[in-house]
Amino acid sequence: MSREAYQVPSSVSGNQNAFSNDTGYGAMAIDSPSVVYLCGECSARVPVKKGDPIRCKDCGHRVLYKERTKRMVQFEAR
Amino acid sequence: MAPLVPSQEELQRRRIIGVNAETVTNIPSTDFPGHWPGESHGWALDQFKNDFKVEYHRNDPYEASFSLIGLDAAVANAFRRILMAEIPTLAIETVYVHNNTSVIQDEVLAQRLGLIPLKGSVEGINWMQWEQKAPGDEGSAAPELTDFNTVVMQLDIECTQNPDVADDETDPRKLYNNAHVYSKHLTFTPVGRQEQFFVGDGAIRAVQPDILIAKMRPGQKIEMELHCVKGIGADHAKFSPVATASYRLLPDIQILRPIIGEDAKKFAKCFPKGVIGLEPVTSEEASRAGSGYEGHAGEQKAVVKDAFNDTVSRECLRHEEFQGKVKLGRVRDHFIFNVESSGQFESDTLFLESVKVLKLKCARWKRGLNDLMA
Repeated sequence: MSREAYQVPSSVSGNQNAFSNDTGYGAMAIDSPSVVYLCGECSARVPVKKGDPIRCKDCGHRVLYKERTKRMVQFEAR
Repeated sequence: MAPLVPSQEELQRRRIIGVNAETVTNIPSTDFPGHWPGESHGWALDQFKNDFKVEYHRNDPYEASFSLIGLDAAVANAFRRILMAEIPTLAIETVYVHNNTSVIQDEVLAQRLGLIPLKGSVEGINWMQWEQKAPGDEGSAAPELTDFNTVVMQLDIECTQNPDVADDETDPRKLYNNAHVYSKHLTFTPVGRQEQFFVGDGAIRAVQPDILIAKMRPGQKIEMELHCVKGIGADHAKFSPVATASYRLLPDIQILRPIIGEDAKKFAKCFPKGVIGLEPVTSEEASRAGSGYEGHAGEQKAVVKDAFNDTVSRECLRHEEFQGKVKLGRVRDHFIFNVESSGQFESDTLFLESVKVLKLKCARWKRGLNDLMA
């Protein structure tokens, strides 16, 4: 890509990291895949979509953890 | 010229290692050619067969104690080292973790599992083959897994709430199901010909059912597959078939001059119970001039009852009144072995196994020498 062809990212994409429930994201959030996290307080499974608040639906705790990998892991017993 | 033959007293003197308050004397063995001028000391099979003795003191499945008498320290030590490091046994080697949400980390759990002693049909374990990994061979392709080199075990366990429990219950083992994961939860699935060997009582399982592996709380889960292989203790301590394998030399106590009366009681207290006994001085001894017992008839004298149980603490050498009256030592060629099996094999068969391994090593050495000459 030449230097002239480069486009500075628009302000919309620059806003992606903000934790907000702006209606502007609504359409996107519906079809984006949800990832399941575990609540750090009550261990409940919390599906989180893009733009969702990072918050447990049951207890309101704000710390969520990633689930363990579903892949098999090999170890040497020594 | 015929070789000189030392007297019995001289031979007995050479057999004793002296143990003094601060020093040990007469340590190295001298029964080899060229040490004593004019004496032969060449190793002869007939003489060895004649002199060598084995005495069993105790033979339980998991603990054996026996004496080897008339052996050189080098050979006795070879047996001890082979027992610990060169007899192949079965242990968990690879752990495939499908799920582990307990607080104990995968790698720590894997290491713990490896150290659990396993047992099963001895015939089946002997039928299994093992291959020594070449040093620096870790990166190469793993050997093909078959029924004669890999035993597969599972650990699938989940912790749940126990619904019918009293409200004031605080013991987690009652509050929850499977709060503690024990070695009895390891399950074995035979593959191929293993179904013929490891059936019923011969199934592969942990020797001790109550080894704590992990602790869990409701919702936590461990799901893993464990591959057990045969290996030797030189590779990893988990493959060592013994918990301890050690020897000590038979203690030797010589009372040089009489210890009588109160001194005798004190002398007996310097040793473990039963090592020193008290006997009355007979009138015959008391009447003999120069025996040291003159005029002490009927008094108690100290005699050596059972030197075997002595710990050679050298306590008696600290007291002024016993100076020069007692000589402590150990018998150079009397090895008291103590072999404690970790459970896969019986301890007495373990020793025979070590003899077999040493024989194999000798055969290999001999073959090497033959190749050298050819």
